[in-house]
Amino acid sequence: MHAAVVVFPGSNCDRDLAVAFEAAGAKVSMVWHKDSSLPRDVDVVGVPGGFSFGDYLRCGAIAANSPICRSVADHARRGGYVLGICNGFQVLTETGLLPGALLRNAGLKYICQTVGLKVETSQSAYTEGYNAGDVIDIPIAHHDGNYFVDDDTLTRLKGEDRIAFTYTDNPNGARADIAGILSENRRVLGMMPHPERAADRVHGGTDGQALFRALTGALVKA
Amino acid sequence: MKARVHVMLKNGVLDPQGEAVRHALGALGFDGVKGVRQGKVIELDLDAGATEADVNAMCEKLLANTVIESYSVEMS
Repeated sequence: MHAAVVVFPGSNCDRDLAVAFEAAGAKVSMVWHKDSSLPRDVDVVGVPGGFSFGDYLRCGAIAANSPICRSVADHARRGGYVLGICNGFQVLTETGLLPGALLRNAGLKYICQTVGLKVETSQSAYTEGYNAGDVIDIPIAHHDGNYFVDDDTLTRLKGEDRIAFTYTDNPNGARADIAGILSENRRVLGMMPHPERAADRVHGGTDGQALFRALTGALVKA
Repeated sequence: MKARVHVMLKNGVLDPQGEAVRHALGALGFDGVKGVRQGKVIELDLDAGATEADVNAMCEKLLANTVIESYSVEMS
């Protein structure tokens, strides 16, 4: 299984994400934002956390228009897997690969803490290592994680079982407590919490490991 | 040729920064401020001949996120 991790100026979780993929058995390539194509045999693209382009204009807006993101969007449209975490989730909403947008936290503060996440669906390559209803502990670290989506889209997300994770105690004002959502074909996941920061015993928690293991396992089978 | 773009959060999208400014104004004794919405102004210095349609395209593509924001363009 081959994972590509995109690196923007200001990304700061790219190495952590690469290590989490590697620990789950993936081969990892780092790709630079100015690259115009992904390695040919890539199965999954990781869009990491951080502050791409200094969060100028809007979080993720400039990254979403970088050359590599055109290839990432093409990869997703061809049915490829894309995992966007934190700033990566913001980038994926800005590209339009996922609906909605991430607003400033309702309390206006940057929040860095471990939160309880409820797994809402196990029906995806990312979440099949959990049971729906499981509560896992995963860190968040963001200023703009307040997920906004209009009523119609929210109804659709619920009806199509596309809400992957919700907060057990909403830290940022996100609509319907949403922490992570899936694309229509369930192959693109965007989430604000950081599973790659809970993927090794030295992190203080390993609840994120199952996500990377499930994904790697599913893609090796495929 | 210049263009000025105003970008605002759409009505119905909670603006926590505007709310914080409203609270701060109240704390300073400025009563009667019922609501504050905070947006941004972007000034563009353009080649002669640039049209409002060009600037609208820039807004749609990058300057505004139309999921949450509305924009208006003034050419001068």
